[in-house]
Amino acid sequence: MTINRRAFLGTSVALTASLAAPMIARAQATPRVVVVGGGSGGATAARYIARDSAGAVDVTLIEPQRTYHTCYFGNLYLGGFFNYDDLGHGYGGLASNYGINVVHDWAVGVDRDAKTVALATGASVPYDKLVLSPGIDFVEGSVAGWSVSAQSRMPHAYKGGTQVELLRAQIAAMPQGGTFAMVAPPNPYRCPPGPYERISMVAHYLRENNPTAKILLVDPKETFSKQGLFEDGWNRHYAGMITRIGPDMGSAVVEVDPAAMTVTIDGVVEKVDVCNVIPGQRAGQIAFAAGITDGNWAPVSAYDMSSKVDPDITVLGDAAAQGAMPKSGFSANSQAKVAANAIVSALTGSRAFPARYSNTCWSLLDTDDGIKVGATYEASAEGIVAIDNFVSQIGEAADLRAATYRESLDWYAAITTDMFV
Amino acid sequence: MTGLRAFTGALTFAVLAAATFPALAEGDPAQGETLFRPCRACHMIGDGAVHRVGPHLNGIVDRAIGASPGYQFSDALANAGAEGRVWTEGSLDRYMAGPSDYFPGTRMVFRGVRSEQDRQHLIAYMLAAGGRSEAGAELAEVAVAPEIAAILEISGDVPYGEYLSSECTACHRDSGGSDIPSIRGLAPSVFIAGMVAYRDGSREHQVMNTVARRLGDEELAALAAYFAVAH
Ligand SMILES: Cc1cc2nc3c(=O)[nH]c(=O)nc-3n(C[C@H](O)[C@H](O)[C@H](O)COP(=O)(O)OP(=O)(O)OC[C@H]3O[C@@H](n4cnc5c(N)ncnc54)[C@H](O)[C@@H]3O)c2cc1C
Ligand code: HEC
Ligand code: HEC
Repeated sequence: MTINRRAFLGTSVALTASLAAPMIARAQATPRVVVVGGGSGGATAARYIARDSAGAVDVTLIEPQRTYHTCYFGNLYLGGFFNYDDLGHGYGGLASNYGINVVHDWAVGVDRDAKTVALATGASVPYDKLVLSPGIDFVEGSVAGWSVSAQSRMPHAYKGGTQVELLRAQIAAMPQGGTFAMVAPPNPYRCPPGPYERISMVAHYLRENNPTAKILLVDPKETFSKQGLFEDGWNRHYAGMITRIGPDMGSAVVEVDPAAMTVTIDGVVEKVDVCNVIPGQRAGQIAFAAGITDGNWAPVSAYDMSSKVDPDITVLGDAAAQGAMPKSGFSANSQAKVAANAIVSALTGSRAFPARYSNTCWSLLDTDDGIKVGATYEASAEGIVAIDNFVSQIGEAADLRAATYRESLDWYAAITTDMFV
Repeated sequence: MTGLRAFTGALTFAVLAAATFPALAEGDPAQGETLFRPCRACHMIGDGAVHRVGPHLNGIVDRAIGASPGYQFSDALANAGAEGRVWTEGSLDRYMAGPSDYFPGTRMVFRGVRSEQDRQHLIAYMLAAGGRSEAGAELAEVAVAPEIAAILEISGDVPYGEYLSSECTACHRDSGGSDIPSIRGLAPSVFIAGMVAYRDGSREHQVMNTVARRLGDEELAALAAYFAVAH
């Protein structure tokens, strides 16, 4: 039985029938790559493998959602700087421009001996090389009183899509002078500046729409990414609005009550109007199902992002324990290109080049006040290591900050093109 | 070949890669007039033109660089003129492609005109509207900095360049943006001059300085070769 590519193009009705077959036979010579997760790492990997192998490798992308909503710029949406619809990206380009088989389904298991991926609808997809880029799931019990079942009252809004829309609606519905609370995550988590950019954007929204409102940031960490830059920005733009409770003030013993809408910090009960709980994080569930994790993450080789447990599995992005790179969309995209080169080379004999990685994360503090941090990286036996870096400085000229913000808009357009077009 | 390359990197490349690029057409002054619109923010040309933010551009072709009387030029341009360098069509082309790549330190804050064809139109217009300078009849050749010339000598490994370019495409789109320009199709001389300036810090930008610092000469040659032929 051969696979008809069209049958795999998510939109077709024939899809269900072909996938319902218990097993799709591995009866072809063309090597197969299956990519699980069509986000920053997975979409990039699928696109580069299909493009660079020019038909010599069969690429299947498994992703349950028909539209990927980026987490990045979700904060700008909260602040009113970006449209919700502009956060969404479809998979049509990957299917039609690169012949990638896009299957809209969940991967629920991996049989590493048989080299097959089990899908929620019952099908089983064989692979020669498997790429897992499932992003994050939350650590259960990380914030006392909170569980995923409470996410409609206390959203995490830390995976893209409807959760972010919900959070925005809750902020818009706050009473004048109300309180927005955030419980920030412990390390390591995706997008180290993400929670603090969110605080900035919520503060911007409230200053414009609800100027007497208060922001309560409950943070289990002593320090956080770009802290000096953020605190300088908060003082300049939102003086008196934001209170950060660190471990010295009892943030380590925090408990939330979604029904009562309270946050209890070291025994003191605060009534809040919106509570954004960003729990502790771990690799997406499928990495655990594949049995390639150690602790909360999946350890990989820094040279090609292959799993340290199974060399035929590559793990990208947030789910990977790779060393020094922050868990970011930029990092996942960078890692995917190194992995794609290694995979195409292993399957077709094309040239393999040494791993090289980079990352830049922009954050917006207020209108035309952008900051950035970035680094270049290389592989070592101990993991990915930084070789050079930069960060914005306190007191930079306003036009530099404005240019930094405009660059971030260009980056957003470029990286989403690099993933989907 | 050396003479041609020194004459204009962009042109040289068009010759070297004749197989992949269409031959240059002569510039059209009418199209050049339209393209000159953004220049008018700073420059006057034609009857009654005087200095404004930038010098007037009457008689610019064949005039000594940075030498128009009554205008305070940057050291970069003034020194070039003092050394006897002249605005040839070739040097104008390179200056317009990337003012501060070609003359680091120039005060003309302008990103550059990316299309070679558009630059030809502009030169044709400046010639038509402002005339040729009577003074500088001799066409002084403009030397490429030795460091850049050395990288231009390396024959770039295109597949390696393509792999390296995947770092760049996270930020640089083919269609370009407001602050991150497209770098596809840049002439190798312009590309390498730009990257060397970022690498040695003479052109400052936190991101690009960090990107460039880890690129050796082989990498720059590979990237230049790839971007020049990439479509
Ligand atoms: C608020 C916020 C702001 C951020 N800002 C930035 C920023 O400015 N810059 C930046 O670089 N990064 C930013 N990030 C981080 C960035 O979003 C992530 O690091 C990045 O998306 C990780 O890529 P990934 O491929 O690992 O996972 P994701 O992009 O999350 O993709 C995972 C995909 O896998 C799918 N999936 C999961 N499980 C399965 C399964 N079992 N079967 C099939 N599919 C599955 C999911 O549906 C999802 O589409 C931000 C994150 C947040 C939350
Ligand atoms: C933002 C203002 C600005 C714009 C826009 C601008 N220029 Fe300039 N230009 C200058 C300045 C200032 C100088 C002097 C540079 C120096 O001294 O280093 C200059 C110098 C020049 C010179 C050299 C003049 C001489 O006598 O040596 C030329 C040629 C030139 N510009 C052409 C152009 C063209 C063509 C355009 C449009 C495509 C353009 N400029 C757009 C500001 C500008
Ligand atoms: C993180 C984003 C980012 C990455 C990655 C990046 N660039 Fe850039 N690049 C920029 C920005 C921003 C500018 C504009 C800088 C300035 O104003 O000087 C720029 C400018 C340039 C320019 C000058 C273009 C011109 O017309 O003036 C060149 C050449 C260039 N980049 C090449 C590269 C190459 C080659 C790579 C990959 C090896 C790369 N860049 C990677 C952001 C990036």
